[in-house]
Amino acid sequence: MVTRRNFLKIGGSLIALSVAGSSIVKASEDFEGNPDRFGMLSDMTRCIGCRRCEAACNKSNKLPPPKTSFEDTSVFEKKRKPYVADVQAYTAVNRYEVEGKTVFRKVQCMHCDEPACASACPVGALKKSPEGPVVWNDKVCIGCRYCIIACPFYVPAFEYSSAFDPKIQKCFMCYQQRIAKGLVPACAEACPVEAITFGKRSDLIKQAWLRIWDNPDKYIDHIYGEKEAGGTGWLYISGVPFSKLDFQMDVGTTSYPKYTKDFLSMVNLTLVSWPALLGGFYLASHKSHTDQDGKSDEEGDKQ
Amino acid sequence: MNEYPTEYVKKQYVENEITPGREETGAEIISNWLSEKFFMGLTLREYLKTLITPLNFVAGIIVAVGMFLIFQRFLFGLETVTEASNEQPWGLFLSWGLFSGVPFSASGFVIGTAVYIFGLKKYQPIVKNAILLGFLGYLFAVIFLMIDLGRPWRIYYPMFISFGTASVMFLVAWHVALYLSVQFLEFAPSTLAWLGWKNVRKIAVSMTLALTIFGVMLSTLHQSALSAMFLLAPGKLHPLWYTSYLPWLAFISSIGGALSLVIVVTKLTQVFMKNRADSHYLSNLDDITISLGRAAAFVLFTYVGLRLISVIHEGSWKYLNSPFGYWFLVEILILGIVPFLFLYGVQKKNVRLVQYSAALTMLGIVMNRFNISLIAFNWKLPDRGLFYWKEVLVVMAVVTIEILVYRWVVNRMPVLRQHPDYIGDEH
Repeated sequence: MVTRRNFLKIGGSLIALSVAGSSIVKASEDFEGNPDRFGMLSDMTRCIGCRRCEAACNKSNKLPPPKTSFEDTSVFEKKRKPYVADVQAYTAVNRYEVEGKTVFRKVQCMHCDEPACASACPVGALKKSPEGPVVWNDKVCIGCRYCIIACPFYVPAFEYSSAFDPKIQKCFMCYQQRIAKGLVPACAEACPVEAITFGKRSDLIKQAWLRIWDNPDKYIDHIYGEKEAGGTGWLYISGVPFSKLDFQMDVGTTSYPKYTKDFLSMVNLTLVSWPALLGGFYLASHKSHTDQDGKSDEEGDKQ
Repeated sequence: MNEYPTEYVKKQYVENEITPGREETGAEIISNWLSEKFFMGLTLREYLKTLITPLNFVAGIIVAVGMFLIFQRFLFGLETVTEASNEQPWGLFLSWGLFSGVPFSASGFVIGTAVYIFGLKKYQPIVKNAILLGFLGYLFAVIFLMIDLGRPWRIYYPMFISFGTASVMFLVAWHVALYLSVQFLEFAPSTLAWLGWKNVRKIAVSMTLALTIFGVMLSTLHQSALSAMFLLAPGKLHPLWYTSYLPWLAFISSIGGALSLVIVVTKLTQVFMKNRADSHYLSNLDDITISLGRAAAFVLFTYVGLRLISVIHEGSWKYLNSPFGYWFLVEILILGIVPFLFLYGVQKKNVRLVQYSAALTMLGIVMNRFNISLIAFNWKLPDRGLFYWKEVLVVMAVVTIEILVYRWVVNRMPVLRQHPDYIGDEH
């Protein structure tokens, strides 16, 4: 029997179904990743620009040797991206002169909590691992490069020079060779001034705020990555505004997968509505058609 | 573009006739079948001779250059023919082949729906051509994708190996693959009529309605999905183009684009493929063009309205007085003026004006897709290359091949005409 209560239930679930899009989106706001996932904290007030992290990264990831030695500081004259065309490096340190201070910023994958690249990948080759690093599966990647389109930080790079085995290249936080073995990522280990700290992301955020509160004059009141793009695994604290260090200030705090979720939730609705609508149209037009000139139709069939 | 005059064919048919009273040998049966189906009733040597024309010569050179570059790309990597940028990873291959090619390929489902679902028999003469154009559009979109994919031998992975269900591109991959198959089947009645397989053809014809509805479902989703892919890059796509309406704008404009393509190609067939068409086709074209123009006017008014609303909705007016703003105005001016041109042409029964408006609409839609996927993308980056000149040559070659394939099919299969054996069972 349809009681009032049941009726409301049915009605409610129908409405829920029709706004499934927005409800899914709501769910995505409360990210349910591994609470113990790792991250990195980069304290730019400490970095001295020694480039030992770059050297350690190169060695740990068995990347080709650089054009000039890692002790060469002339590279700071130009702003380097970790990847330009096929420069084989997962990270780069850049130098900035801001408000009379020299500040160094290390660039690499941000390891987003909800990565745009992972939600772009049509084969799920890019994934947020439970441990925290955003990893890539060589076995399924088709080389479509939608991840590069999607990444708001311009991180992933593609090996355009390879015809038979082009790879997506970016920092993987030393996932396979170190984190999986219980080791600290190479750059954090190599840093002589503890400008890079590896640890649980939740601990790192507390630590970062403690540093800011202890030295309010030394730091800007902001952890870049705490909320940016829905939260990133790599966090930065700085003594000068982030906007002056080429940080992307337009990424917002929305997690990127949310931008396409609304659209994707329309898929089922469309798949169901069209056959119903068009089938109905067809039957309606077909009926009236035979009503009007049924005879001539029959004659046509006989021919 | 005609391969040879019709009288010549007739003469050849007569000359090649087997003398009665003698049984054909196996070799003769095969050579006659080949001659009839593939060499337009000529022997191989005669057929090859007919291919030597100035236009074919030019086409041959374009294709040869393009094939050389494609060869290079597959041996030495994408770097050899593309910009190879990690900021702008997609270039001409996708902007042209996928993002511009697919909207026009909506022709199959737009005209198919009109004829097979709404029963608008008026469009019957052009429906097979529209489906062929749709099918080839998708086929060549996939070919462009194969050239652009880093690992093209894995193109089927999203379908069978690994599923990235949260990805809009996963949706596109599935739907383009399915719809390509659907269009192949939708066009099958013409292919089977050419081959003379009557029973198989009956089955193919009986699937038309189901295929058409399936085609509409798939088209709605992937036409919109192609633009929805850029929803994932809000900071990178210029605010005048980035809007939450992107998917629906893409879908609506694809209908306008498809109608325009059909109008333009119909005109071209009238000029270049006249001897492949029957009077049923040729005599109805002006009337059909006017009606298609009326439909296009309506669709494009809707599109432009929604496009302007999207700009207000996103509050991106403030960008109008900037270089990208002016560029946006050029695009919106073209797409904004065409519905009026269509309407005027329809009212004055001016077929030529409708045809010019259709060509202008195509230009506007190509501009729109290029802006979204290439020009207004990464608009904040100071210096960036959009594409490498070699990409242009590859695109030209693939488009030339597409035209040659289209001509090959129309020359042989009943596309612009009804096959004498099957008149009346066209659904």
